[in-house]
Amino acid sequence: MTFTASPAGMPAPARPLVSLRSVSKTFSNGTLALEHMSLDIGQGEFVSLLGPSGCGKSTALRIIAGLGAPSSGSLDWPTSMHDATGKAEPEVSFVFQEPTLMPWATVYENVWLPLRLRGISKKAAASDVREALAMVGLEKFETAYPRELSGGMKMRVSIARALVTRPRLLLMDEPFAALDEITRFKLNNDLLTLWEKFGWTVIFVTHSVFESVYLSSRIVVMAARPGRVFTDMGVEAPYPRGDEFRTSTVYNDCCRQASDALDAAMNASVPA
Amino acid sequence: MSEILPAPASSATSSGSGFRRALGLVFSPTLVRILVPVLMLFLLLAVWQWYVVAHKVPPYILPSPVLVANALVKDWPILGAALVVTLKITFTALILALVGGVALAILISQSKWVELAIYPYAVILQVTPIVAISPLIIIYTPSTQVALLICAWIVAFFPVLSNTAQGLKSTDHNLLNLFELYRASRWQTLFWLRIPAALPYFLAGLRIAGGLALIAAVVAEFAAGSAGSGSGLAFRLLEAQFRLNIPRLFAALILLSVTGVLIFFATSLVSHLLLRKWHESALRREN
Ligand SMILES: Nc1ncnc2c1ncn2[C@@H]1O[C@H](COP(=O)(O)OP(=O)(O)OP(=O)(O)O)[C@@H](O)[C@H]1O
Ligand SMILES: [Mg+2]
Repeated sequence: MTFTASPAGMPAPARPLVSLRSVSKTFSNGTLALEHMSLDIGQGEFVSLLGPSGCGKSTALRIIAGLGAPSSGSLDWPTSMHDATGKAEPEVSFVFQEPTLMPWATVYENVWLPLRLRGISKKAAASDVREALAMVGLEKFETAYPRELSGGMKMRVSIARALVTRPRLLLMDEPFAALDEITRFKLNNDLLTLWEKFGWTVIFVTHSVFESVYLSSRIVVMAARPGRVFTDMGVEAPYPRGDEFRTSTVYNDCCRQASDALDAAMNASVPA
Repeated sequence: MSEILPAPASSATSSGSGFRRALGLVFSPTLVRILVPVLMLFLLLAVWQWYVVAHKVPPYILPSPVLVANALVKDWPILGAALVVTLKITFTALILALVGGVALAILISQSKWVELAIYPYAVILQVTPIVAISPLIIIYTPSTQVALLICAWIVAFFPVLSNTAQGLKSTDHNLLNLFELYRASRWQTLFWLRIPAALPYFLAGLRIAGGLALIAAVVAEFAAGSAGSGSGLAFRLLEAQFRLNIPRLFAALILLSVTGVLIFFATSLVSHLLLRKWHESALRREN
């Protein structure tokens, strides 16, 4: 089996935005979810985490988001400012697998939330909130309640809420897993357009080989039990990527490589 | 082929549905929902009246509806005053239960220690029958009114506490993570996330507590047996029984039922108004 890129072969980004250094995570019930996971995420990359269920993708993402500290190892933010307590203040946003909206709040209020928590009034937040809603094409639904929206629209509200703080790093945990393929393709394209436009860094967890190849500049395949980085491959295709990319040979080759890597990772994972 | 088939069928159903629509206008669902029970009530009253008259049942066994209505009018000065007393106790107890229950639930949600220290005793207070505690409460309190109030409060307080505490604990895990991610303070999380998320639970508790407060006010008065000007409907009910004034007993009973029903509707309305915009329980599904 050959891969275009191995961890050693990847051109290391000049200044990573965030690095996991030998991070391990053991849960209180004894589950070793991650073991010695090291990963550098460069500024402006679109990195997909791909791996079998239970390999620790969500755990890794949550550690990067600061939700739950690693049991050992460390998390570095080389380029970000540190506040007085020494705690990094990176602009991180998280998109959960479910929309995770507050059902009692309107679309506007849901998107306003991150700013509200920073003490920005409803009025003062208006232009930012409207801009974020416009990015996901929901400017007409400000006053709707979540229950009045379709699944795809809820997901877009959730994305707008993540964007409203203008994050430097966007963490997405299988955000489109519950959506139908057409909506999913559309949101994929929207996400790529925004990413190119604003130069964010994205870490995107997915189960889908096709989705990861279509979106990412780099795919990190993980193996399970214990969770670790198995293969780290680049997707050498230029952006912008449109629907014609899905039929190109580069796309096919990358899909084959990624799914081979995923198979190998499955085999390398100790059975549960 | 399949396109032409529905044509005759649809013309047939359209006239049928037109008729049904006309019916629907006259008997709109809300109207039907009010009309049917009211008709049922009149039917029952008619049968009752007929039975009593036809079989010459003496009024001290079963008074006729007309006699009960008479008693309601004639004894209104007594019954009305008693109703006011019972209502006062019920609503004061309910309000105190809401304040106390919510405050304690919030306290419990903020500290594991408070929960460990307080919750077991709240449960003990709840599971001990109020009739068994009331004699003690009557001994220890300065007046019967206060004793009744305390009894009603004990009973109404627990559903508010346990429902609200449960609601405050069942906040969506991902939303809590979201608040944590954005470095929300404990108070922001409480006021903007936990409390709104607990609202449906609290309102379910309110609906139970409203009914229980009335029941407890009556039960406690049975146990306390107060008399004189400060006596409530329960005492008037017992008194009517002793004097074999059965029409008045029925009249008092009707007042209690109506009060209970009104409390139920009031609490349901409050709940509906607060939740109608977003909560599943208040939605009229359109699919
Ligand atoms: N809170 C927890 N307590 C105990 N074990 C946990 C907890 N969260 C996750 N785990 C375990 O850690 C391992 C990794 O879980 P994680 O959720 O990161 O997997 P994943 O790669 O995101 O899987 P999926 O693709 O199914 O979402 C699993 O074996 C899981 O059982
Ligand atoms: Mg996961």
